[in-house]
Amino acid sequence: MSETTLGARATNTASIKRLPNGFDLAALLFISAVLIAVAHAAKHTFAPLSVPQEVAISLDPTYLPGYALRTVMRMFAALACSLLFTFTYATFAAKSRRASMVLVPILDLLQSLPIYGFLTFTVTFFLGLFPGQVLGAELAVVFVIFTSQAWNMAFSMYQSLKTVPADLDEASTSFRLSGWQRFWRLEVPFATPGLVWNMMMSMSGGWFMLVASEAVTVGNTTFELPGIGSYIAKALMARDIRAVFYAIVAMLVVILLYDQLLFRPLVAWSGKFRFETTQMEQGDDPWMLALLRRTRLLRYIGDALGAVFFLVSGLRLGSVGRMRERTVRAPSRAADILWFSVLALVVLWAAFRIVTFFMNAHLGFGDVGTAVLLGVFTMIRVVVLMALATLVWVPAGVWIGLRPKRARAMGAAAQFLAAFPANLFYPIFVVVIVRYSLNPNIWLTPLIVLGTQWYIAFNVIAGAAAFPGDLQEAAKNFRVGGLLWWRRVILPGIFPYFVTGAITASGGSWNASLVAEVATWGNTTLHAEGLGAYIQEATVRGDTPRVLLGMVVMAGFVLTFNRVVWRPMYAYSSKRLRY
Amino acid sequence: MDTNLLEVRNCKQAYHKDAAADFVVLDNVDVTIRAGEIVGLLGRSGSGKSTLLRIVAGLLKPTSGQVIWRGAALSGPAEGVAMVFQSFALFPWLTVQENVELGLEAQGVARAEREKRAEEAIDLIGLGGYESAYPKEMSGGMRQRVGLARALVVHPDLLLMDEPFSALDVLTAETLRTDLIDLWMEGKLPVRSVLMVTHNIEEAVLMCDRILVFSSNPGRVAQELRVPFAHPRNRHDAAFRKFVDDIYALMTRRATSVPAPNTGEAAGTPVVEAVHALHPVSTNLMAGLIETIAAEPYRGRADLPPLAGALQLELDELLPLCETLALLHFGELEEGDIKLTDQGREFANADTDDRKVLFATALRGHVKLAATIRGVLDERWNHRASAVRFRDELEDHMSPNYAEDTLRAVISWGRFAELFNYDEEADQFFLETDA
Repeated sequence: MSETTLGARATNTASIKRLPNGFDLAALLFISAVLIAVAHAAKHTFAPLSVPQEVAISLDPTYLPGYALRTVMRMFAALACSLLFTFTYATFAAKSRRASMVLVPILDLLQSLPIYGFLTFTVTFFLGLFPGQVLGAELAVVFVIFTSQAWNMAFSMYQSLKTVPADLDEASTSFRLSGWQRFWRLEVPFATPGLVWNMMMSMSGGWFMLVASEAVTVGNTTFELPGIGSYIAKALMARDIRAVFYAIVAMLVVILLYDQLLFRPLVAWSGKFRFETTQMEQGDDPWMLALLRRTRLLRYIGDALGAVFFLVSGLRLGSVGRMRERTVRAPSRAADILWFSVLALVVLWAAFRIVTFFMNAHLGFGDVGTAVLLGVFTMIRVVVLMALATLVWVPAGVWIGLRPKRARAMGAAAQFLAAFPANLFYPIFVVVIVRYSLNPNIWLTPLIVLGTQWYIAFNVIAGAAAFPGDLQEAAKNFRVGGLLWWRRVILPGIFPYFVTGAITASGGSWNASLVAEVATWGNTTLHAEGLGAYIQEATVRGDTPRVLLGMVVMAGFVLTFNRVVWRPMYAYSSKRLRY
Repeated sequence: MDTNLLEVRNCKQAYHKDAAADFVVLDNVDVTIRAGEIVGLLGRSGSGKSTLLRIVAGLLKPTSGQVIWRGAALSGPAEGVAMVFQSFALFPWLTVQENVELGLEAQGVARAEREKRAEEAIDLIGLGGYESAYPKEMSGGMRQRVGLARALVVHPDLLLMDEPFSALDVLTAETLRTDLIDLWMEGKLPVRSVLMVTHNIEEAVLMCDRILVFSSNPGRVAQELRVPFAHPRNRHDAAFRKFVDDIYALMTRRATSVPAPNTGEAAGTPVVEAVHALHPVSTNLMAGLIETIAAEPYRGRADLPPLAGALQLELDELLPLCETLALLHFGELEEGDIKLTDQGREFANADTDDRKVLFATALRGHVKLAATIRGVLDERWNHRASAVRFRDELEDHMSPNYAEDTLRAVISWGRFAELFNYDEEADQFFLETDA
């Protein structure tokens, strides 16, 4: 196995490295206003919502392969959109100083915003665009999956573009590559390994959204698109535990298939773009890649495609890099003034929009207080569960990671475990809680870390696996053991990895609270007090202002958490704890 | 003074490889370390000397055999043994002081005592003032001093050093060596004996009282030498030079007269019969060496120690190079000298295209593996052949690492000679059909 699969470290930390500034606030205002505008547009189409003709979802397992195929098509359509978004948005953000001031904070915010809560409105918005057509619903679902996939990919690309090695950059300038050629010959290859890894993570994240988005209830109307997601929703509604089991098997098969057919080969192939001086331990080619590389026919097809790509990417589009002046040319003052005026206007418009919106909706400070209080409840859940996950997975991860064979096996399990949406576990939780009349405020909580604990686990495993052998030997030779070993040797060693995993896990847990604080099994619905449930219930009621309020408060919590807790930890670990 | 500190009895270390025979890294090794001596393990990389050091340290359990440490059988990391690592192995998150104190902390020494002893060790090794620095802030030489202080602070009976100077530049290494020997002579080192691994012959002769010369594949103690000089030793002394020269002769003789053991005689249709592990030596280096030897002042014959000095090559680099020239019949090794053959002289005077032809002839004539690969490719209709099959067969005869090195060598040489080409993505050999 190539080590990249284990390299869970590659997850997103760009938002942590970046220093917060005034543009974050501007971005928050701007995005809120856009959401309001979309919700507004959606509302107009609310009443005459014309749902495409009902397609009944059958729980018969023989339909599952067909459903699975449609679901996978949607996921790949969303992945394609995400790639397009990544190549344009991230490139623009990386190339233009002015654009990056705005685009990067927006991306950062979108990443922490539970778009999931806005599901209903994005769906109605798209249905409104294509009334009565299945296309509208399909687009809506693809869009929702896209919002769960795109941000981290774009961040990874942005980060790569910003860190292209100076010598390669100078070489491509001196050989007079045009902007287009430089992009495809230097920048994209350099960004590929990180991007491929993030695509894999995104696919896992997509499943989470899928279950919720294929079957949506807006007011009294429910629309369903045939797929695994709606199959699961239906099974939950019908209390059909066997169907839930079938769905799990179908998901397993699908994940296994695209992992073997697509991602394994892709990861191995992207290894050749790695720009690292240390030699990664190279495993054998995955069988699919070996097949592609060694089969004559497939080789010719691959070569032909490669030739076309080479031709297109070699076009001399864009300007040739100019000589850089020794003194950095002062940016044009007039253009800057114009740019900042435009920004100021947009922010003003956004502020105005928000104020009038909340005034109209009769939301007062009391509502804000409620949302913040509920946010504190959810925060307690997230903190406690993260602490528990840490207590379990740090020792377990170290134990596994220091034994290469086990680490490799677990690495392969990563994708499966992270991909399983919390909804699938509703039956167990609801049945147990109702049976023993437990307090849902406490006992629904584990659902929050069901999916996200794996980020901690795999990063710790990766960290322990990467722990240098000579340091292990030195510790052994000086007979360092017990508590001293944990304190002085291994904990500092895995800490940078742990922080990276914890950042992803913490953000994911906040988003998961939307699903985890409300659990449904047939007609039994359990609620826990918290911001996630608040947003979820407001969504079902169609209470746009409160959905928005909840989302903004949650984004605030996530960002504050990042800045106050994770950023200092990250800064410390990268200063002191790197080998 | 003549008490035995450590005895290694009939030690064997083998790695198990599925299906095929085990790979013996160390075979039948007996070593005795007495109190008050510096012993060097001298050998080429892959001769198992670092493995032996780890067995002595209790980090590795030998496949068979016994290690007696201070009269009792060793099991696990021993008390009274401290190691200095080639890569320093300092914890980057601990300061110099904390790194040095680590061993004492593990022993449960009280804080005040710990600090006092750490400071003594730090001062002794010349690091006073650096207590609060992090390893990252220091140069390689300084880091290795921290590594030494960390080992000395526990007052070990036996100090183990695993190529302690090979990651340092020449000047720094020399300073550290002399400092260490000075401390040893003055009796300031709180250790009773030192066991060091090195592949640098001069270093071994400069520092050690006794040298155990290792042969490779499998690792054995081929020769035990007592160094008859008193400290401080002078590198330029004629007797010293002679001693170094003799060791060179010894090691080159061993290398050429004992071929790698071949276990595959019973195999049915061996594609690679009588294989020797090849060193992945670049053709540029070979050409460079041939030119150097052909030119003044060597004029076709060079004494290895001065040659290594002039080219700034370590023994580990020069010997494989010379052996490869010998294998290809471009040169001959005798008594620590290398002599160019007629083909070697011809090569030196040829231009690039002629060199390729000469090299191809040598490769087909003397490297069975290369000839076989070319033969297989000639037979195939599409002139392609998977490398897997050759790799597998090589692995029946040698460790996977050696097999990989051998394959890499033959690929690189085959490309230079334009005898065949290799497609890395498909892991296949092929012939350029349109050439």
